[in-house]
Amino acid sequence: MSKKKLFSFLGGIKLAHRKEYSSEKAIAPLPMPKKLILPLRQSAGSLPAPIVQVGEKVNKGQCLAAAEGWISASLHAPTSGTIRDIGDYPIAHPSGLVAPCIVIEADGEDAWGERQPLLEHADSERLDPETVQRYLQSMGVVGMGGAVFPSHVKLSKAPGVPLETLIVNGAECEPFITCDDRLMRERAAEIVSGIIFLAELLEAKESVVAIEDNKPEAAAAMRAALAARLEATANHIRVVVIPAVYPAGSLKQLIYTLTGKRAPAGVLPPQLGVQCFNTATVYAIWQAVARGEPVISRIVTVTGNVGRPGNLEVPLGASVADVLQYAEARPESDGCLVGGPMMGFLLPDYDAPIGKGANCLIARSPQFFPHKAPESPCIRCTNCAQACPQGLLPYEMYWWSRARDFAKAERHNLQECIECGCCSYVCPSSIPLVQYFRFAKDALRTAATKKEMADQARERFEFRQFRAEREKTERTQKLAQAAKQQSAKLAAENANAAPAEDLDETRKQALIAAAIERVAGERAKVGCDEGANATEAALAPNHGNSA
Amino acid sequence: MNPFSAPYLHRPTSVNRSMNLVLVALLPGILVYLTLFGSALIVQIFIASVSALFFEALLLYWRGRPVRERLSDHSALVTAWLIALTFPPLSPWWLTVIGVFFAIVVAKQLYGGLGQNPFNPAMIAFAVCIIAFPALMSQWPAQGLNLPFREQAEIIFGLAPRLDALTSATPLDAIKTALKTDALYDNLQKLLMNQNLYGTFAGRGWEWVTTAYLCGGVFLLIMGVITWHVPVAFIVSMSAIAFICWLIEPSRFANPLFHLFSGGAMLGAFFIATDPVSGCATPRGKLIFGAGAGLLAYLIRVFGSFPDGIAFSVLIMNMTAPLLDLYCQPKVFGALPSMPVKKDLAAKVKEEESP
Repeated sequence: MSKKKLFSFLGGIKLAHRKEYSSEKAIAPLPMPKKLILPLRQSAGSLPAPIVQVGEKVNKGQCLAAAEGWISASLHAPTSGTIRDIGDYPIAHPSGLVAPCIVIEADGEDAWGERQPLLEHADSERLDPETVQRYLQSMGVVGMGGAVFPSHVKLSKAPGVPLETLIVNGAECEPFITCDDRLMRERAAEIVSGIIFLAELLEAKESVVAIEDNKPEAAAAMRAALAARLEATANHIRVVVIPAVYPAGSLKQLIYTLTGKRAPAGVLPPQLGVQCFNTATVYAIWQAVARGEPVISRIVTVTGNVGRPGNLEVPLGASVADVLQYAEARPESDGCLVGGPMMGFLLPDYDAPIGKGANCLIARSPQFFPHKAPESPCIRCTNCAQACPQGLLPYEMYWWSRARDFAKAERHNLQECIECGCCSYVCPSSIPLVQYFRFAKDALRTAATKKEMADQARERFEFRQFRAEREKTERTQKLAQAAKQQSAKLAAENANAAPAEDLDETRKQALIAAAIERVAGERAKVGCDEGANATEAALAPNHGNSA
Repeated sequence: MNPFSAPYLHRPTSVNRSMNLVLVALLPGILVYLTLFGSALIVQIFIASVSALFFEALLLYWRGRPVRERLSDHSALVTAWLIALTFPPLSPWWLTVIGVFFAIVVAKQLYGGLGQNPFNPAMIAFAVCIIAFPALMSQWPAQGLNLPFREQAEIIFGLAPRLDALTSATPLDAIKTALKTDALYDNLQKLLMNQNLYGTFAGRGWEWVTTAYLCGGVFLLIMGVITWHVPVAFIVSMSAIAFICWLIEPSRFANPLFHLFSGGAMLGAFFIATDPVSGCATPRGKLIFGAGAGLLAYLIRVFGSFPDGIAFSVLIMNMTAPLLDLYCQPKVFGALPSMPVKKDLAAKVKEEESP
């Protein structure tokens, strides 16, 4: 294991880790709840389409909804049971949104359906990356660190850029959360198998497991598991302990810490020859390819104001209330956070289900979260700028956001803000800076959408104008042509016929009547759209002709 | 108050804590000052503090702001103490009150209160009073003023006559006069010695007061209340210009050490130019701000007509601060060196609106 230089990113903050409540508690399964509510929205991208009917019996691991499009992942049954409903239910969302869900009533047997591990029936020769991608998509593997981005998409390499470093993110930099810590301590062998699988598949030159220095046990477990595998050395896989400075686990900051590469805005990690997966994601990938088990559960740290903090293996769709009840949440808790205290959100409805991205539940109480002082004026002390890991000037962004001059806020690189919360954390004036930035970003997003819609409307209008103009010129040309033809015809008629006089009055009348009738018929056919006048005008010369 | 959205954690810190640390950092300077120049300073601090809190409370009330909450940030006290320390200790009470009035009412609250003032309030007070009452503002006592506390208080409150004998020229004044009169002294140091103004390494007595300010400033740096940029740039630039002048004509210009430890240099470098509200906020901006303040302070105190240049140099730099900040913005993490300047949405809209 060669020592390599680490780079320390600007800013960041030292937080009290608060991991001691749950870090020594082994992963325990949550008893299977009677009812599971599975939101279709379990990943970034498009929703998967349900392929089961209400009343249908399903097995554990059976596919319930199939991925639609490339950035999408399938959804599977966490246990055997009956589909009770497919409809809208509240989901784990800060504003208590309802969204399409599949409801399963567990039959208590927890019977697996057929499992087809990719590695079992694949030959020993190298796997085709696209096969693996399709397989992982069908197994519903998404980023388990909270971002829930479909993992198979991240297996695509940037064209012409070899993968220098495969990063396995075990930083777990937010306070309280211990699920990855426990996973690495207890299931290191599986994670290592997953890393070897990914490293070989992506032909990574080296792989790095990044673990913050507050988790020495996890680092030791991972090192032991790596030492036990010969392929680990062959693929240059190593554990790197990084300083516990929040947000060390943030993608850009982690890439910089390990490789010294700075990812500019809009540049994806593969373009820099780097790719990053969360430890729990690597574990899920291995469970899928080696055991044929789709993502149907996840490890959730439950901590804070609870009697029995711990790390639970929770089936997807179990409600937050189920988990809190199991952990004996104290009744005086004033709310429950989903995710970490720096970037998570407060849950309005405890019936909301646990999804693939819910890594932590924290029962909130003043003991753990002392009340914040009221907001006071900004004195430009620049503590926020010193804490910002993105090198931004939060006080400037705040100033312009507050003045609703969002364009100026954007010029101070508002869009580069990763909303890590460092600035709000250090602000002596207790200004909720991140909230201002979210507000400003939202306003800019709305403005951009409005502008796009206005652009479309203008384009449509301009095209309509253009079309009207074109039709008008065409009509004039046609008229001129027709007039020419008629005059030519008349000249010809005058030349060779005196017997025109012979036409008796009755025949003339009949011809006129027939012409009128024909025009009326044509009119009815064309209807009353905007083209009616044009048709009439266009018909006029014909009419004259035949008359 | 609990936040509605992340982050839910908050460092137990406050504006009040920063301001209290500044007050604590001023204590060593105040103690040395009291020992060497008499106890009148304590009366000035008292007058300034009481009137600052009174004006602040009154204006907050008139402006419909939460009085108790804002008053407890102690920013008015910091301004008051700085005024007391920069005014001559035997100034009449009303002079101090006028200074405080201009600082708190005009320079601070009328501009929108804490965080909104473009100029350093304490320096506005000094500038106004030195222009309006130049004689009173120049009456500095010599070291070892041996008047009982009672008599000093009586002078301040106008109950006893002001004696010119009590005051003398400051070391800075003496060298300025020497420079202006163009008298040929073969040695400036000798001149100061003659007038009993030169101490161990700078102005007699003041050298120890300024050393105490320096200690307080280092304390602020360690506590993270201020950053190193402004004080370092200030000291470096003042030393540099003083060194150049001294090198050219050592008989007429004092050495850098004398300038750093005389008058308000240390107070300016650590406590006045570091005011976050009216100063620069970007690291490079702070460096330019500090350097500019140090340079201008030297030029004003040596070639200008006022006894010291800190107040005017800081006020002039305050004017440049917004522009400096605009041009000194740090690079965003990951930004490429040649990244084109992003045009904002408003500019785009404008471009498309114009045919």
